[in-house]
Amino acid sequence: MNQSNGTGGLSRRHFLATAAATSAALTAPAVLGQARPRVVVVGGGAGGATAARYIARDSKGAVDVTLVEPTRTYYSCFFSNLYIGGFRDFASIGHTYGALAAGHGINVVHDWAVSVDRDARSVGLAGGGSLAYDRLVLAPGIDFRPGSVPGWDLSQQNRMPHAYKAGSQTQLLRAQIEAMPQGGVYCMVAPPNPFRCPPGPYERISMVAHVLKQSNPSAKILIVDPKEKFSKQGLFEDGWQRHYAGMVERVGPDFGGDKVEVRPEAMEVVIDGEATKVDVCNVIPAQQAGRIAALAGITNEAGWAPVVAHTMQSREDENIHVLGDASQQGDMPKSGFSANSQAKVCAMAVRGALTDSSVFPARFSNTCWSLIGTDDGVKVGASYQATDEKIAKTDGFISEVGESAELRKATYEESLDWYAAISGDIFG
Amino acid sequence: MFPSRAGPAARAPSRPLAAGLLALLSTAGAWGADDGRGGALYAECKRCHQAGRGAEHRIGPHLNDVFGRRAASLEGFPYSPAMKAAGAGGLTWTEATLDAFLADPHAFVPGSRMSYAGLANREERGELLAWLRGFSGAGSDLPPAEPTITPEEYGLDPQLLTISGDPEYGAYLAGECTTCHRYDGSDRGIPSITGWPLEDFVIALQAYKRAKRTHPVMQLVAGRLSDEEIAALAVHFRNLADEP
Repeated sequence: MNQSNGTGGLSRRHFLATAAATSAALTAPAVLGQARPRVVVVGGGAGGATAARYIARDSKGAVDVTLVEPTRTYYSCFFSNLYIGGFRDFASIGHTYGALAAGHGINVVHDWAVSVDRDARSVGLAGGGSLAYDRLVLAPGIDFRPGSVPGWDLSQQNRMPHAYKAGSQTQLLRAQIEAMPQGGVYCMVAPPNPFRCPPGPYERISMVAHVLKQSNPSAKILIVDPKEKFSKQGLFEDGWQRHYAGMVERVGPDFGGDKVEVRPEAMEVVIDGEATKVDVCNVIPAQQAGRIAALAGITNEAGWAPVVAHTMQSREDENIHVLGDASQQGDMPKSGFSANSQAKVCAMAVRGALTDSSVFPARFSNTCWSLIGTDDGVKVGASYQATDEKIAKTDGFISEVGESAELRKATYEESLDWYAAISGDIFG
Repeated sequence: MFPSRAGPAARAPSRPLAAGLLALLSTAGAWGADDGRGGALYAECKRCHQAGRGAEHRIGPHLNDVFGRRAASLEGFPYSPAMKAAGAGGLTWTEATLDAFLADPHAFVPGSRMSYAGLANREERGELLAWLRGFSGAGSDLPPAEPTITPEEYGLDPQLLTISGDPEYGAYLAGECTTCHRYDGSDRGIPSITGWPLEDFVIALQAYKRAKRTHPVMQLVAGRLSDEEIAALAVHFRNLADEP
């Protein structure tokens, strides 16, 4: 199948080039013998919406772009912790798709993609229709691995929220934190690698501590963590000591953090066989690519979709590109910034394949800001290049312990501007 | 040879004036008579604006005769849509409006591309404005405009400014910039880079590339850009300002 698709792709490209040349020679409008090339993008987050926008904008109408996204308002996971901490209102992390439709002519379909027919090159929708494509971009984000935290499943997410897909879950978690009894316990079951937003759970701990310190200073925070180490660990632990001394306790794998189950009915967390009663339990399960990637048959045993770094094409099907959290690409962290960066490489490659636009070398970058306390921001970043094997890190930096208050404040304020900029870059 | 758009200041004075003489001739608070504070505060403005004889538009418009001028009224400068709208709505630069703008530029003209957080101290604003007033109504009695930025101050080869960039490549590379830099400007520490003169853009990125400027993200981004890629980005962001 890959081979026949590949041949088809080449023929198509050749045909388009010839047709364009012919029409140019006749000085007639470029009316091709068939419809414009079609791109379907599944998932309207940092990866998918950016890809849709860049393909539509830069092809100036030469490519027909459809974006499939079930929600009318997208709440970004990035900065959702700041809502939990009281630094943002909820509306400020919500984004709609009107500008993509009105400004770039993208056909925005609010529906679930539920199947991919790779031979027929079409995507089936829960609403009953289907969409044909020449190139498919899958950017479905994450889903949770069933059974990764014994005792927890989606039917329990109201008692023990994950709040790791932003929206109602985020609001629920904040409400539960605000309703904690004085001196109560907030517990986070942290996820194993790899997972969305590596500093995310620990920024959340910071934000929960920030809220509790004001309203419930005798409360405790317990992290049950299967990992030996975590992102920005030195920076977070230093910050917790400075801002929230005595409040945060972390149980790593040495003490059973990797042997955890939950009992939602009893609000208990069982660590290495020992049950602890908690008041809020934020379970962030192990993760895998959003389900449509598995349904398309392009995921590996670990549940992620391996891609070619140069183009973000699936290693299973060159007519499918996979972006962001769902992809297994190499060294980049799963982040909104990464997805946005990968989307631009993907958009360039898709336009190059479907039109006569230029193709340039892939380049990627990522920066992740985290807020530890009021005006105390830190960041980590890196640049990456494509190799035949993977997206490979070339250089990087991280904030340091002991930076001045002025620098930390500037870093936080920089993150505010970044959020505004990337939101515009994604949603128009 | 001065650009005609520089207005009255473009007229070359008949003779060079020594600094001491200028001090005697100038009115209170003007550029020549200042005891240091207004001029020192103006140093931050000078990274983007020119004022004085032969002043041209750089990252910001030139500041000659700004007092009494309608906002966004100079030819040849790519004002932000927000500033154009403010000018069309009647905003004229006076002591009062300049004071309000400098106090909090992005509150006074939301969407302005001026990358300046504002000067909170009223007294300092007064001194800065007194200094600026020296460049208004002075006709040809002005010292020559100083460059906003030079390759020499970062030890750069001036030949770097002569490389011509590929706009199409620049448009692709710009994707890495627009994750953080908004087209419409910013008051939180990530500046607008839209519409910059090619020289200012190239020198700034080359300075980051060579670690002569310190921001870690910018060092990372610029560190792997080739001279041709920097030129391509400069041309792209310059052209962006001409889009509606």
